[in-house]
This record gives sequence, C-alpha cells and structure tokens, in this order.
Amino acid sequence: MTRILPRKDAVIVGLGWTGSIIANELADEGLDVLALERGPWRDTATDFNIGYAQDELRYAIRKDLFLQPALEAITMRNNPSQTALPMRDYGSFLPGHGVGGAGVHWNGHTWRFWDSEFRINSHLTERYGAAKFAGLDLQDWGVTAAEMEPYYDAFEYLCGISGKAGNIRGQKQPGGNPFEDPRAREYPLPPMQMTYAPTLFAEAARTLNLSPFPTPSANLSGAYVNSLGVAMGQCTMCGFCERFGCANYSKSSAQTCVLPVLMRKRNFELRTECEVLKVELHRSGNMARGVTYVDSSGEEFFQPADIVLLCAYGLQNVRLMMLSGIGKQYDPNTNEGTVGRNYCYQTNCGTQVFLEGKELNPFIAAGSLGQTVDDFNGDAFDHGNVNFVGGAGINCIPTNARPIGYRPVPPGTPRWGSAWKRETARNYRSTLSFGCQGSSYPQRSNYLDLDPTYKDRHGRPLLRMTFEFPDNDIRMSHFMSDRSEEIARALGGRQHTTSRATKAWNSVPYQSTHNTGGAIMGTDPTRSAVNRYLQSWDVNNVFVVGASAFAHNAGKNPTGTVGALAFLAADAIRNRYLKAAGQPLVAA
Amino acid sequence: MSALRNTLAALALVVGTATAHAEGADQADRIMRGQYQAVLGDCMACHTRPGGAPFAGGLPLETPFGALVPPNITPDPETGIGQWSEADFTRMMRTGIGHGGRRLYPAMPYPAYSLMTERDIADLWAYLATVEPVANRVVANQLPFPFNIRLSMLFWNLLNFTPQPFRPDPAQSAEWNRGAYLVQGPAHCGSCHTPKTMLGADDTSQALRGASLQGWFAPDITGDPQTGIGGWSQEELVTYLRTGVNAHSVASGPMREAVENSTSRMNDADLRAIAVYLRSLRPAASPVPQPVAASEPRMRAGAAVYAANCAACHGAEGTGARQLFPALAGNPLVRQANAETLVHLVLAGSQGAHTPGAPTTPAMPSLAWRLNDAQVADVLTYVRNSWGNAAAPVLPEQVAKQRGGGDGMPLWPWIAGAAMVVCLVLLGLLAVCRRRRRPLAA
Repeated sequence: MTRILPRKDAVIVGLGWTGSIIANELADEGLDVLALERGPWRDTATDFNIGYAQDELRYAIRKDLFLQPALEAITMRNNPSQTALPMRDYGSFLPGHGVGGAGVHWNGHTWRFWDSEFRINSHLTERYGAAKFAGLDLQDWGVTAAEMEPYYDAFEYLCGISGKAGNIRGQKQPGGNPFEDPRAREYPLPPMQMTYAPTLFAEAARTLNLSPFPTPSANLSGAYVNSLGVAMGQCTMCGFCERFGCANYSKSSAQTCVLPVLMRKRNFELRTECEVLKVELHRSGNMARGVTYVDSSGEEFFQPADIVLLCAYGLQNVRLMMLSGIGKQYDPNTNEGTVGRNYCYQTNCGTQVFLEGKELNPFIAAGSLGQTVDDFNGDAFDHGNVNFVGGAGINCIPTNARPIGYRPVPPGTPRWGSAWKRETARNYRSTLSFGCQGSSYPQRSNYLDLDPTYKDRHGRPLLRMTFEFPDNDIRMSHFMSDRSEEIARALGGRQHTTSRATKAWNSVPYQSTHNTGGAIMGTDPTRSAVNRYLQSWDVNNVFVVGASAFAHNAGKNPTGTVGALAFLAADAIRNRYLKAAGQPLVAA
Repeated sequence: MSALRNTLAALALVVGTATAHAEGADQADRIMRGQYQAVLGDCMACHTRPGGAPFAGGLPLETPFGALVPPNITPDPETGIGQWSEADFTRMMRTGIGHGGRRLYPAMPYPAYSLMTERDIADLWAYLATVEPVANRVVANQLPFPFNIRLSMLFWNLLNFTPQPFRPDPAQSAEWNRGAYLVQGPAHCGSCHTPKTMLGADDTSQALRGASLQGWFAPDITGDPQTGIGGWSQEELVTYLRTGVNAHSVASGPMREAVENSTSRMNDADLRAIAVYLRSLRPAASPVPQPVAASEPRMRAGAAVYAANCAACHGAEGTGARQLFPALAGNPLVRQANAETLVHLVLAGSQGAHTPGAPTTPAMPSLAWRLNDAQVADVLTYVRNSWGNAAAPVLPEQVAKQRGGGDGMPLWPWIAGAAMVVCLVLLGLLAVCRRRRRPLAA
C-alpha cells in the first residue's frame, strides 16, 4: 500500500553536492523543495568529530562513509561477451552514501574542463581530422567553456577554492595553469602553502621546460566566508581527506558550504533514509508525476512533484532512469539509444621515486595540496605525431601517508619481516610519489545497462557495467608513463618505479571514483540523454545532474565540473524552465 | 506571523472610512511595535518549545526550587490567555499577579518587565492578541511542596520586589538610558547574568557580574576588563549581539537562543544602546589572579591535551578563526571565575547561533567520551592560563561533579522553604488566636 503525500514543487533525489546546490537555488526562487536522501544525516561536529575523524581503520579500511554493496551492488564485466557478476565489495571506485554524498570524502581537486574538452569532437576534427579518433564516440557537450565560466566561478566561490589563476580574461597569469581557459577573476583564496615533495617535483618539472602550478584545492589555504555567508577554516594539513569527512570545516562539501543555509529555509525539507525506487511518469511518457520511495521502515510513499531532479551519484542517476523508463536504453550492437552510453572512467598511472637524504614528512598533507603539470593534458600539446588523443594531468599531491595504508618500499622488498620493516623505516619519509590522471574516452562497448540476472533488496535489477580501457587510452597512458619517467630521472634519487596501464580493467584495487557518463548531455537527442540544460530529452520535467552528464572524461577530477553543472541546471530552471514549465528547453 | 498577517489584512478590509482607516493603520503600527517588544523581551525563548507552535508553552525551567513550565500565552481561551483583559496583562507585567489574582513565580521576569513603559506593555498586549491561538494545556507549577504554594510569592515580593517604573539618569545620554532601559527592563539580561540571592532574587550589588544557571555560567557582561566585555569595542559587542559571533567569542548555550530569538532581531539603534550601556558599567574590577605557572605538571599535561584535541580548530596560540572557532586568548568567557561553562562546552559540546549575518552554526564536538576528568581540568587550566589569560585552575572534582549532572538540588532552597512554612504556620496560629479572642471581647 503506497501512501500518497502532498505535492511539492520540486523533489530532489540525493543530497550531495548537486542536490544541495540546486535545492538552495530553487528554494531561493521560492519553490517548495523536498530532498530525498537514501543515506543518513551527517554533520561535521557529530559525524566527523575531531576526536575520531581520523580513524583510518574505520573510514579508510572499513569504508564507513561509503555505499555498501548490501544496499546496492553493481555487476561488472569487461566486454559484452562476458557474463557480469556482482561486486562483492566496492573496490575500484567508492560511491558515497548519506547526506553530502561523495563530496564528503573527496580530496578536493577542483578543475575546470577546457573548451577543447566541451567541444571535443569539433575541436579534434578541426585540428586533426575525424579519422584521428575513429572508434571513439567523442561528442560535443553542447556548451562552451565561456558559457560554463560563470557556473565554475559560482562553484569555486561557494567552496573557497585555493589556487592561482593562469588566465584572467585572456591575460596569462604567471604562476597559474598556462593552459586554462580565461576565467573572470582570481581564485577566492591563494594557493596552499606548499610542502616539500611538490616543491621538489615542481623544480624537476621546470628543468624539463614543463609548467607546474599549485593544484586548485578545496582544502582551504585560509579562513573564508563563502558566497552564502558560511564561514570555513584554514586547513590544518592533517592528511585525512580521501575517505574521511573533515573535522575542521576546511574541506568544501555540502556540509561546510551549503547546508547551514539550506537546512534553515522554511521552503526546504530533507527526508533522510528514504530510497527512491522509481520516477513515476504520466501516461503520455513525457512528464513525470513524482517519485516512489521507501523509508527505513519499509513503508512505501508516492511523492508528487512538478519537477524531479536526479542528483544521486552518476551511476545511480543512470540506473534510476533505466528503472523508470526515462530515455531509451543504449544498445552497443546497434549503437542506438541514449541512456547508458558513453560510460567513461579514468586512465591512471603512477610513479614512486625513492630519494636519499630527503625528509619529505608525507604526513603533513592535504588531499589536494600539491603541484600539477598540465603540459600533456587533454589537447594542450600537439597530437599530430602521437598515435592517440587525450592526455593526463601529472599530479604530485602527496597525501594519505597513514599508518596502515602507506608503506612505500622499493620493488623486490619482502612483503613482511625484518627486511620489510627496515625498508619501511628507510623509505616512509623519503619516497616521492606522483601520478598521471588520464582521460577516458568513450567507445561503443563501454556502457551501462540493467543486469538481466542480479537484483537488489527491493527486487530491482542491478546496474551492469561493461568496461574496458580503450586501446587509445592505453597508448595515451603509456605515453604518460614515459613522461613520468623523465620527471623521475630529473628528480634523481636511488631508484624509481612507474606503473604502466594494462588492459582488463579490474574492479578490485582502488583506482578512481570518477565514473562518468551514462546520461550524457549533448546536442543530438538520439545520442545524448539530456540537453545542454541537463533536462531529459524525453521527460520534460526531469533534470539529471552530475558526472552522469559528462560526454567523456578528461584527465581531471570531475567535481569542479559537477558543481558547475549543478549551477547551470539551477540557472536553467530558474530563468528558463519556470517560465515555460513542462516544455523542452531545446527543441528536439 | 500568518496570524499577524491575517489580522492586518482583516483590519485593512474592515476599515472603510478615512478615520477608521487611520485607526486601522494605528492599530497595525501598534501590533508591529508589540511584535518588536516580544523580540526585546525574548518571550519566545521560554514560551515556545523547540519546534513547537509559537508562544504555546515552553520546556520546563529547572530552577533550584524545582521545575516550572512556561505557560501557553497564545490567545486560546481554554489553555492560553484568551480570557485575560489588557488590565490583567498590564498588572501581571507590573506586579507578577496574573488573571484571577494568581501569583506568578519570578522565573517570569516581572521584576524586570515592571520597568517597561505603559506603551511598550500595551503594544506587546496588542501583538499577543494577534498570535495564532493554540490549544495546549500547560501545568506550569510543577514545584514541590512548599514552593508550589503560589501565595508564598506574596512574601517573596515583599522581600525582593518593589514595582517601580524605569528612572532614566539625566546625567547620561539618551542612548545610554535607552540601553539601560532595555538591559534592565524588557531584555531582562540580569535574569541570567546577575547572581541570585538565597531566595532567587537578583543580587543587585553584583548586577550582571555573571551567574550560574542550568549547567552554564552566564558570564560577566559588565565592562570589567578581566571577566567582562571591557576589552570589546562598541562595534564588536554590537556584532556579537547581532550575529552571535565576533572576533572574541561565539554564543553558546542559552545565549545562542537569546541571540537567535532576540538580539539578532533587534534594530541597530537598540543594539548600539545596549552596547553603550554595558560598556559603561565599571564595577570594582575583578582581581586578576597570578597565572598558573607553565611549568606546573597540570599545565604541561593540559598543553599536551590541547595540542592533540583543540589546537586544530582553536589554533596553537589560541587565536581561533573568524566566525568559526572562538579565540581562547583574550576571551573573557575563558577567564570567568566560575569555569562551569567551559567544562560544559568540553563535556557536551555546543553549537553556534544561526543568524542572517552568520549562518554557519559551527559546532564544538563533545569530548566527554575521550577526555577523563583530570584531562578536562588540565586542558581548561592550561587554556585559562596561557596566551595572556589568567584565571583560577579547574580541578578534576569540578569536572566530575558536572559530568555527573551538576551539584544536584542544593540545600538552601529547602532551608528557605522550611522557613517559609514556619512563617505560614505562625501566621495561621496568629489568625486562630485572634478568632479565639473575639468571643471573649464580645
């Protein structure tokens, strides 16, 4: 028996970064807004208590803040000829759970994608010809960097990002990223005080004529009052960002940036531990009536709403669309369909340099305190003479040097015993690591759909992920491993080791929680799920916001773009959709 | 609010002629002024439950004499004050005697409200009459015998309270006098901040010098440089009252509620007046004790606890961070003679006020599970005696007592109660004797 509740103007599924930003904007517009969050309420003082926030066993090893497979698992396989099996433990990526979502336990790298990425198909075609990326389903996103600029700006000033601009209104800025597109103004805060390892990395990079710059960071370099009047503190460099909530109000998140204002609004309501099962559609199929959800006691509710916003983790947005019949399921055999296509990930490799006589003190750290080299990212360099497209940011951001998880020892060291202990003691403080975060480009056989066999606790099919690293991306990554070796040699040291990407993506070892695509934005309603305003092409009052909208993934962390897209969608609803409710904002 | 709006709309509809229109406007003005009086008097703080209907009755007030529940003051005729007349209300505010002659307990700060002007009380009445009536029966008097005898307040008033209007000091500016009126009258700051006598009345010789209440120590708010707000500028004090936070301090405990419901809603002129008045109060300066030597074992132990638990937010030098983490260096709250609030903050944690000017509501987590009594005592002793602070050390026994829920019921109210019973009995005997004498005289 489903209880029918009073209508709301807007219902938001998931209260993480995108949900909280949009809820706040729509509440400012005067709408009656409800957010439904599957996980628990979480706030800084009680849930990220300074006394236990840095419990490595609880949070990093046992993954206390993350989605657990018992609640929702995903099945995986590398190609369509295989039978997918459910992940018994989230490993390769760790979706968030609860209020704040993955924005609670992120590191804080806050990037802007470039114009050459938003216009990737047009750009690469113009520069190299379409044959250069044959086999990759690269699509333009339908927006330009200039159009995205105000939304990036809004997100950065909401967060208090610490960084150095490389290009203000077309003027190159010394010390910043020389490859970025023009921004309207400087970052809200200056870069964080640099630690030793990134300083050495930057010196080595400069000897190779590369252009290192401080990584734009959501770990705050100083006290800050954000665009909503919410105060944040200076990061203490405790080194517990990734997998942890911040106890010091110094890592940007829904909790530290939005909720203090949002939760007080009378026209906003949050219901936690409420899992949305389905978006219910009108018989016409092109409008949603609301959502059906189940609370923690198992009671089912129908929540009518005029606008439905899917703001869950990207993968969950895609699954909810599939479960609700929003858009047409993508079929790799025919290359038709809109939902589930262009699933992308991240193509990474890493380098360790074992230095001699350097005391790097890696425990003094923050999730995005470091230096980045973008000379080989995206299309910052000429790909005319290489056999791939795309690239990677090279990041020296030492963090996570925690007692259980961080024991850097050179290859060949025994895995236990006195030799291992000796090498641990010798290398813990003097090992310098940096990584290449590589782009991930869509290919036909990488996609998401519903698993034919496995179901969740509500009897709904699990999401099935079919993913393999495309050959293009492997070639790109090998190129990046070569560049990394050059930097490692410039750093000197006793020895170094660089990983090289291999085929057969493995869901077990942690790689990256940058799952993108599946409900991509675009200009073609037959090849994208949402239009440039994140409005479903098929159901006019449904907006799908998050990394699910990425038409491909760049060699960058996604959160900056996710936040910007939330502001873009909110702006579109406030200034376009409400004036023509129920209408498509882009003619199909 | 919606009731107010409805009333105003109704007034606008009803009035037809120009004269009536003017009267309606006057009445609307009066209601608006009355609403502001309710803000000044912070009626909400006591008479509204968290999340409950406005003015429909509050949470029990734990007094040393027992529990009193602030009643329903909505115009509901059965359970509120719907049967009161304006004269009833005025008499209650002035004398503590309510509708039907029922005597109020001074937990209702009528000794302060009695200073209010006739107009302010009348405006407040006009406003309260427009509040949404809510049926909510409140059993206000939950005191144990003999304190539950309301007539006992006759004696209390005789001993402690002389109704009189506010007398401005002609030697002071109008702003100062406005501040004095607000602090002593409607805002009743002394209810929390003035120490109490054995009978629970304000000890006027110690006005606003800080007092213990419900597990908190409401600090000294005179201009005393050691324990009061003497080190705060006029603007800093106004900022604190408006937003609940300034460069020195973050409102906590009951003051957080006072800021949210009252001071943050006061107009700037009144906040400035309050600041002018409070800063002018210069009672005999509190003695500045010799700081506990940094070399003492408890200071060294406290420093270690501080570095591991507190420094990340409050800073290694106790400087805090603007709007977020209060500074501990130079914070008068840290230097109060009574460390009750500090112990409370460490054991239970606290959350800042939410105001339009400072929406963050930063919170201090509870550390009770993590620090033992000696560690809490040592770290507070360290904080109270570092970076220029000097105050009496905190002892582990004090922490233990507060961890266990405070002192429990003190003895002296019972002594006072027993004395009162004796008086009543004597009065009764006297009456009986007089009656017996009468036939003899006849």
